[in-house]
Amino acid sequence: MAGLELLSDQGYRVDGRRAGELRKIQARMGVFAQADGSAYIEQGNTKALAVVYGPHEIRGSRARALPDRALVNCQYSSATFSTGERKRRPHGDRKSCEMGLQLRQTFEAAILTQLHPRSQIDIYVQVLQADGGTYAACVNAATLAVLDAGIPMRDFVCACSAGFVDGTALADLSHVEEAAGGPQLALALLPASGQIALLEMDARLHEDHLERVLEAAAQAARDVHTLLDLVVRQHVREASILLGD
Amino acid sequence: MKETPLSNCERRFLLRAIEEKKRLDGRQTYDYRNIRISFGTDYGCCIVELGKTRVLGQVSCELVAPKLNRATEGILFFNLELSQMAAPAFEPGRQSDLLVKLNRLLERCLRNSKCIDTESLCVVAGEKVWQIRVDLHLLNHDGNIIDAASIAAIVALCHFRRPDVSVQGDEVTLYTPEERDPVPLSIHHMPICVSFAFFQQGTYLLVDPNEREERVMDGLLVIAMNKHREICTIQSSGGIMLLKDQVLRCSKIAGVKVAEITELIQKALENDQKVRKEGGKFGFAESIANQRITAFKMEKATIDTSDVEEKAEEIIAEAEPPSEVVSKPVLWTPGTAQIGEGVENSWGDLEDSEKEDDDEGGSDEAIILDSVKMDTGIEVSDIGSQDAPIILSDSEEEEMIILEPDKNPKKIRTQTTSVKQEKAPNKKPVKRRKKKRAAN
Repeated sequence: MAGLELLSDQGYRVDGRRAGELRKIQARMGVFAQADGSAYIEQGNTKALAVVYGPHEIRGSRARALPDRALVNCQYSSATFSTGERKRRPHGDRKSCEMGLQLRQTFEAAILTQLHPRSQIDIYVQVLQADGGTYAACVNAATLAVLDAGIPMRDFVCACSAGFVDGTALADLSHVEEAAGGPQLALALLPASGQIALLEMDARLHEDHLERVLEAAAQAARDVHTLLDLVVRQHVREASILLGD
Repeated sequence: MKETPLSNCERRFLLRAIEEKKRLDGRQTYDYRNIRISFGTDYGCCIVELGKTRVLGQVSCELVAPKLNRATEGILFFNLELSQMAAPAFEPGRQSDLLVKLNRLLERCLRNSKCIDTESLCVVAGEKVWQIRVDLHLLNHDGNIIDAASIAAIVALCHFRRPDVSVQGDEVTLYTPEERDPVPLSIHHMPICVSFAFFQQGTYLLVDPNEREERVMDGLLVIAMNKHREICTIQSSGGIMLLKDQVLRCSKIAGVKVAEITELIQKALENDQKVRKEGGKFGFAESIANQRITAFKMEKATIDTSDVEEKAEEIIAEAEPPSEVVSKPVLWTPGTAQIGEGVENSWGDLEDSEKEDDDEGGSDEAIILDSVKMDTGIEVSDIGSQDAPIILSDSEEEEMIILEPDKNPKKIRTQTTSVKQEKAPNKKPVKRRKKKRAAN
């Protein structure tokens, strides 16, 4: 893809966005009746589903139960039809394991696990279409699902990716921009306190630019928070109308 | 084997020490342990020792068909194995989480940062490319596997030589090492990981945690940089909440550390090159020094003794003088003597009669004194009683005898606990005796 201009002279990206602009986000909560909590999110063309079961009794060995907190179990799976070429192994490979571990780390920090000792909370995330920013979409979907399940959390966990091209920091990368090989940063943030729950970066970025990219990602995550907040309030309003309040 | 859990007192001790900015091995907060790099006889084989953590790296190459969507690029494959000899907790099948995390981090650090020029590994586009395989084995786990592994990987790659290949038209000739000297890989830069451990919800920060510190840490931040101050990878793990300025500060520290480590690596590579050229002996066997204990050895720790005299004077001046000596030792036979009359047992005798015979008291002493070699230098201090025989009573606060061979007795305050401890080892023989008497 040599010669593909990621940022034009007028400041437009490949899909016509500006440098700090997010893709269109649409989300729904409570999509599955069977699960305790569920959510579906679309960030541009990236589509992710998240389902939460819990808190419930520890499945499997009782020895894993923690006496003072809940165990958070996350599984990430990406559908075979989600990428351009059909993938043969949807789960069990190293990348999926790593994603699961990172999601678990993020949510263990955000969920108030002290309120449910000796129990387990399961979070299952499925990516239906991957067009860049899959980790961010998974985290956002999982946040909505956990809220739908009524599990108490410290704050929303909002995530966004960011990159760096031609001296400008880009927010919310699409697949084309990710594949171009430049630096990519994925950030999960608790917006109220500004604390970073997870930070992950790939490819070479000079130390002097780190601050700008971090700031761009943080600002994008806060914008995502505004949108998710609207979605949650809308959902609660609809639910209360149906209940006849 | 399941991992031995860390005891609470050890955890508290480590955390308190960290709060006071002290580390168990005497390092400063931003200090690395000693790094030792040694090379094997073959090209591409090296052992890196970071303190006691040891990682073996081996690079090998093979001609294969390239990936379909990357027809002109070579293939890089990294594999880190946690050998069972590294720690008792590493068993096949039990390590998956840690293994996945470490492997993915290494892959991202070395592959995504494009430290090796993969286009130069192409021999015939679309048909034959070099596949470079880096195998890392953890031989001993003393904390901070990721740093040691990243250093081992990059050193092994820099050290490696692949066979020379020439292409003429359709003919590809692969030369053996005897025909033509093997060729080094083309490496753009050397990414090195630096680990930061966070404690107490991010208040305290340590560089290069060792195994004990890793057990009590809240989370880890790994930053991989090269000496041009380009960040190759950042990964935060363990569920800590970071702030933006913490991350920026860590990246600055990492820059300094990476520059030092890169210099060390260059020197090690040059040394090895020189030794091979001059025909000297090289290899692992040569790098292990003879006449040296390789395990169970403590490195000498430097102690600052400059103000010892002032400190000693202060202690002596503040200490109160010892109380007067009361009784002289009575020698029964060579090896058996008696000082004073002893004090009553205080353990578990609440149901039994409160007063014990003098015999019991006497036998108590015999036991104590047998274990403590008779030494006229032993002085006994006694509060309250003078030459009169000591009244055996329940109260422990009045009379205490502390037997410390070869030492001046310290001033006695209410040191009931120390007496009880002295008494404790004698409990069993005394109790057995009592039971025998009861049976009799």
